[in-house]
Amino acid sequence: MAKITLDNLAHSYLPNPKSEDDFALKELNHDWVDGEAYALLGASGCGKSTLLNIISGLLHPSQGRILFNDVDVTDAPTAQRNIAQVFQFPVVYDTMTVRENLAFPLRNRGADPAYIAQRVSQIAAMIGMEAELDRKARGLTADSKQKISLGRGMVREDVNALLFDEPLTVIDPHMKWELRTQLKSLHHEFGHTMIYVTHDQTEALTFADKVVVMYDGRVVQIGTPQELFERPAHTFVGYFIGSPGMNLFDASVEGPRATIGGVSFDLDAAYRPKGGSVQIGVRPEFIRLGSDNGLPARITRVEDVGRHKIVRLDVQGNAVSAIAAEGAAIPTDTTRIAFDPRGVNVYADDWRVKAEGGLA
Amino acid sequence: MQKTVNQKAWFLVLPVLVLVAFSAVIPLMTVVNYSVQDTFGNNQFFWNGIGWFKDLLDSERMWDALRRQFVFSAIILAIEIPLGVFVALNMPKKGVWVSVCLVLMSLPLLIPWNVVGTIWQIFGRVDIGLLGYTLDKLGISYNYTQDFFAAWATLIVMDVWHWTSLVALLAYAGLQSIPDAYYQAAKIDQASRWKVFRYIELPKMAGVLMIAILLRFMDSFMIYTEPFVVTGGGPGNATTFLSIDLVKMALGQFDLGPAAAFSIMYFLVILLISWVFYTVMTNLDKRDGPR
Repeated sequence: MAKITLDNLAHSYLPNPKSEDDFALKELNHDWVDGEAYALLGASGCGKSTLLNIISGLLHPSQGRILFNDVDVTDAPTAQRNIAQVFQFPVVYDTMTVRENLAFPLRNRGADPAYIAQRVSQIAAMIGMEAELDRKARGLTADSKQKISLGRGMVREDVNALLFDEPLTVIDPHMKWELRTQLKSLHHEFGHTMIYVTHDQTEALTFADKVVVMYDGRVVQIGTPQELFERPAHTFVGYFIGSPGMNLFDASVEGPRATIGGVSFDLDAAYRPKGGSVQIGVRPEFIRLGSDNGLPARITRVEDVGRHKIVRLDVQGNAVSAIAAEGAAIPTDTTRIAFDPRGVNVYADDWRVKAEGGLA
Repeated sequence: MQKTVNQKAWFLVLPVLVLVAFSAVIPLMTVVNYSVQDTFGNNQFFWNGIGWFKDLLDSERMWDALRRQFVFSAIILAIEIPLGVFVALNMPKKGVWVSVCLVLMSLPLLIPWNVVGTIWQIFGRVDIGLLGYTLDKLGISYNYTQDFFAAWATLIVMDVWHWTSLVALLAYAGLQSIPDAYYQAAKIDQASRWKVFRYIELPKMAGVLMIAILLRFMDSFMIYTEPFVVTGGGPGNATTFLSIDLVKMALGQFDLGPAAAFSIMYFLVILLISWVFYTVMTNLDKRDGPR
């Protein structure tokens, strides 16, 4: 188990990167605290897997260093880093039995046979494949193969970190839930540092202590699920997390006064955005429907998704979503929307502006 | 729903039947026809029953040729398959050198058989051939027209030169189909180079290797042109393989009946081996189970 430090790390797949756009992973400094479970969240192609492969040593970074417990391992091969990694698509050794597959990482390290047998039966119980232990891995379903891959990742107890690269993509939904719970309990039991790459926000939010959101090769926010929800540091976080995502309005902000489309209202703190395009972000949960004050709006559609209703509105030609509690009546005479001040965030050039002297 | 019976559909199969009849069945039947008859010329034929087949099975000459043929094919496979796999493993996986390698490897495959024979026939000559002359000057006795061992060595090296690329290209195609994740997982699992080969590369190549073995076996089993050009079956009968023997019998001695019986036996041996290969391959697939 180890603390993993990324020091000035960046990576480009091009031999001679010129501009910042050439980097698949932009410069990054971060400590992965020993024993925490992280989720690396972002859209496809944002550099998540690149970062993971650099940590495990499958890729050599173009610049910067990686340290395990303050020891530089940038040039150390994968084998020396003692890392377990599970990939998006199942990798099993077809000609081996399930048992041999699970035992493979331990055998390669010359572990004691009695210990191997004991670990394999533990892991088999965990992934629910005790009955299939002695059959060949060839011909198993993608589901089972991925469970074997997961099992192979978890079979070693002494790993520095466990990395998961969207491991549940091919798994059935109900099994997904179960395996994720298993991973979490494994984390509680052994306290491995875990990094879990996903593009599924539910997966990220339920799995991790800390969520790392990446966008376009850059880490845009690291925080607890609650922080990501209440104070998205970047408009991408607001848009990507939450269902539906955060509403953004072009605005002008002068201290505690904001103006959107000619309508002014008070904020709960003063902001002084320095130039750039200023936007106000409000999650659908913080939009109040009414007819007295706020922005003029027109309801276009109401979707009942069970737990609550999603109200789609047209506000000055822009699509806006609001969430109304299940059972709450939607005022039919809705002509205006107002914002709950607690849920208002101000952005300049996509980055969140901190309130003056107020909250973080 | 009642299906209408319409036997006219059979006429649609007719063109294929006619084509197959003329291309395969009728020529084969003429051979069968010759194999059960004897002639003294003047286009007069006499019924001989299974006489030629009996003679053939008693013929020392045929058994010798068959034995030589099997030994030759076995040696060829034992060299070309591992060598081809080895070459494929060491070919670059990406970059400009891939195309360079592929083109260089394909060159021997594009040379006509008799040209290959001629190349090696000259290459190995002691008086003017680069190989023969050099070996001779080095004091190594090498003369493929006189020496049994030299003749075999020349034919084997020639075949390896000519056909190893085919095995290498097939194996390379098999290797290229392995996703990167497999190699990455093996690194994470700390598998040795040998284990990567044994548990990842070999299983993934098994399919194409079966095809390579089949192709190389059939081709080497039917080899004619190259040994005919290089050694002519000699010295003595040392390199007289089945097809060389057959041509000697059919065209040299004009023994139509025995040659026809020989042909049928040759055909049946190849058919039998193909069937064995086919069975083995489909069983391999079955072991894969449903995907």
